[in-house]
Amino acid sequence: MKKQLLALAATALAFGAMLPAAAQAEGERFVLISHAPDSDSWWNTIKNAINVAGDQMDVEVEYRNPASGDLADMARIVQQATASNPDGIIVTIADYDVLSGPVSDAVAKGIPVITINSGTEEQSKKLGAMMHIGQPEYTAGKLAGERAKNESGAESFVCVNHYITNPASVERCQGFADGLGVELGDQMIDSGMDPSEVKSKVMAYLNAHPDTGAILTLGPNSAEPTLAALDEMGQSGEVYFGTFDLSTAIADAIKAGTINFAIDQQPYLQGYLPVVLLTNYARYGVMPSNSINSGPGFTTKDNIELVEKYAGQYR
Amino acid sequence: MVAEERMRAVPRWRKALVRPELGSICGTILVFVLFMFIAGDSGMFSAEGFINWGTVSAQFAILAVGACLLMIAGEFDLSIGSMIGFSGIIIALLTVQLGVPAWLAILAAFALALAIGALNGYLVIRTGLPSFIVTLAFLFILRGLTIYIAITTTSKTIIGGVREAAEGDWLAALFGGTVLKGLFSWLAEHDMIGTFVAGPRAGQPVVEGIPMLMVWALALIIVGHFILVRTKFGNWIFAAGGDAQAARYVGVPVNRVKILMFMLTAFCATVFATCQVMEFGSAAADRGLLKEFEAIISVVIGGALLTGGYGSVIGAALGALIFGVVQQGLFFAGVESSLFRVFLGVILLLAVILNTYIRRSITGER
Repeated sequence: MKKQLLALAATALAFGAMLPAAAQAEGERFVLISHAPDSDSWWNTIKNAINVAGDQMDVEVEYRNPASGDLADMARIVQQATASNPDGIIVTIADYDVLSGPVSDAVAKGIPVITINSGTEEQSKKLGAMMHIGQPEYTAGKLAGERAKNESGAESFVCVNHYITNPASVERCQGFADGLGVELGDQMIDSGMDPSEVKSKVMAYLNAHPDTGAILTLGPNSAEPTLAALDEMGQSGEVYFGTFDLSTAIADAIKAGTINFAIDQQPYLQGYLPVVLLTNYARYGVMPSNSINSGPGFTTKDNIELVEKYAGQYR
Repeated sequence: MVAEERMRAVPRWRKALVRPELGSICGTILVFVLFMFIAGDSGMFSAEGFINWGTVSAQFAILAVGACLLMIAGEFDLSIGSMIGFSGIIIALLTVQLGVPAWLAILAAFALALAIGALNGYLVIRTGLPSFIVTLAFLFILRGLTIYIAITTTSKTIIGGVREAAEGDWLAALFGGTVLKGLFSWLAEHDMIGTFVAGPRAGQPVVEGIPMLMVWALALIIVGHFILVRTKFGNWIFAAGGDAQAARYVGVPVNRVKILMFMLTAFCATVFATCQVMEFGSAAADRGLLKEFEAIISVVIGGALLTGGYGSVIGAALGALIFGVVQQGLFFAGVESSLFRVFLGVILLLAVILNTYIRRSITGER
């Protein structure tokens, strides 16, 4: 028993000895706090981005997240980061109520804060952050609409909305309508999440409105069944088709020419830019005065190769 | 052999030292020394740093007191985490959606939690199933109900606006307020702690006061410890977990003790939930995930036996402190946060082995 104890104590000490090596580095220190649980792979892109930016700028960037995705834990991490006096904090506004206290405390302590990803520019301003870097839903929809108008001249469309209870989804469809320069009216369908339901609703709509000029889907959940619907109706590649987000099926459809573009919010920029901006702010006191839209970035036939190559890594 | 063991004179220093808390006392000292060494200048031991890991430790401690007494009584509660989410949503729904005064909503949540705790206990006693299974069922039942209630009433899983609804409420202040504000203002005036430099609160101390969460944790630890080691009921708890049948023969109301302990864990979970809702002003259906295991880990680090009949509230509280300091300390030390679980596992193993060794010294078992 005593021998085992000694062995374990030695292991613990060895572990302890490994610790400090990880902590010390030259240059400024920033902390990025996300709301994603450990199991969320989407954030890998952002983790890689802060490593790239950290190496380039010769600064240390720590990534922190609540292990189980609990936002109350996230608020504690923001408080912890504030207490450790970093040169800047990068944080998502996952829930304004929960994070408003801790984030405005950091600002009041004089720590520069940049908000990214979730939340809006208005919320970011209210918290006293320097800027917000994300994809405004309405703008993304509008730019997609303008793109569709230029490329197809469509005068009518259908927006396949699979999460209509979320106000952000309606903003996407409204933006698309404004980009095309038409009324949204009843051109948005509440498709639900179930793939077979989405498919049958899209088919019903297209049968009722055979002259529909463009299709917008809001993610893989609505894009993939819509692809199946077009395939069944023999309309693949006949209707101009844009979607939000990427998946393997969407990438294949872009290569096949069935989908014309996918909207990517370019998470890489949400990790890379704040580090670069905060470093320059710490060193020379310069900071752009407006927020930055990291998206929409458009993935089309022309750049799909690069996107596929770095999928899950930098894209 | 055994008789000789008992007859042998044990030196007094050893008697004083060898107690269930010994392992966690050593662990606490070790952890503090380690972090003084690797994170001494990172702000971890500033006022804000202290409040930060102190709050996290207090959260663990509130749950650990309930889990500890229940575990000594020989039972488990895996529904603690779901109970946190459930109570929070109940409070938020009543105050924000239905306009019920905050004090009434809080009391309602406590009443409901105690009833569910009693139901847990009753089912364990009546069915004779292991409490591990019964409370595992409630882990899912409560979590599912919480999400269902939140979605059907507000179509959101996060309900905000509780802070505004509870403004000026006497009972809400007991959970979400802070104490000793004057002390911290005085400290700030004498430059012992930092002040805000920007925004509307410039000049105010960075730490407003000691959060009520810590006060609750301390109160629960003191009361729990007193009941366990100074009252007849405390002996009943040990007896119920040590050997329930033997305890029944000598007239200990084992069933009542166990049901009361299940009610206590539900009570502790609701204290935790109320403090959290009042602090952040919102409740969410996914709050409290995995907290039941964090409570159990704190208790085990504190030297309690999983099989019941042995343990200490002070030990569990120190276990919670170790847990909180390690969790936040690794952030302060700038360690890759994915390593946190590795450390937790190592600490857990070390603690259990050390505790086993200590327990054998006490009880003379082989």
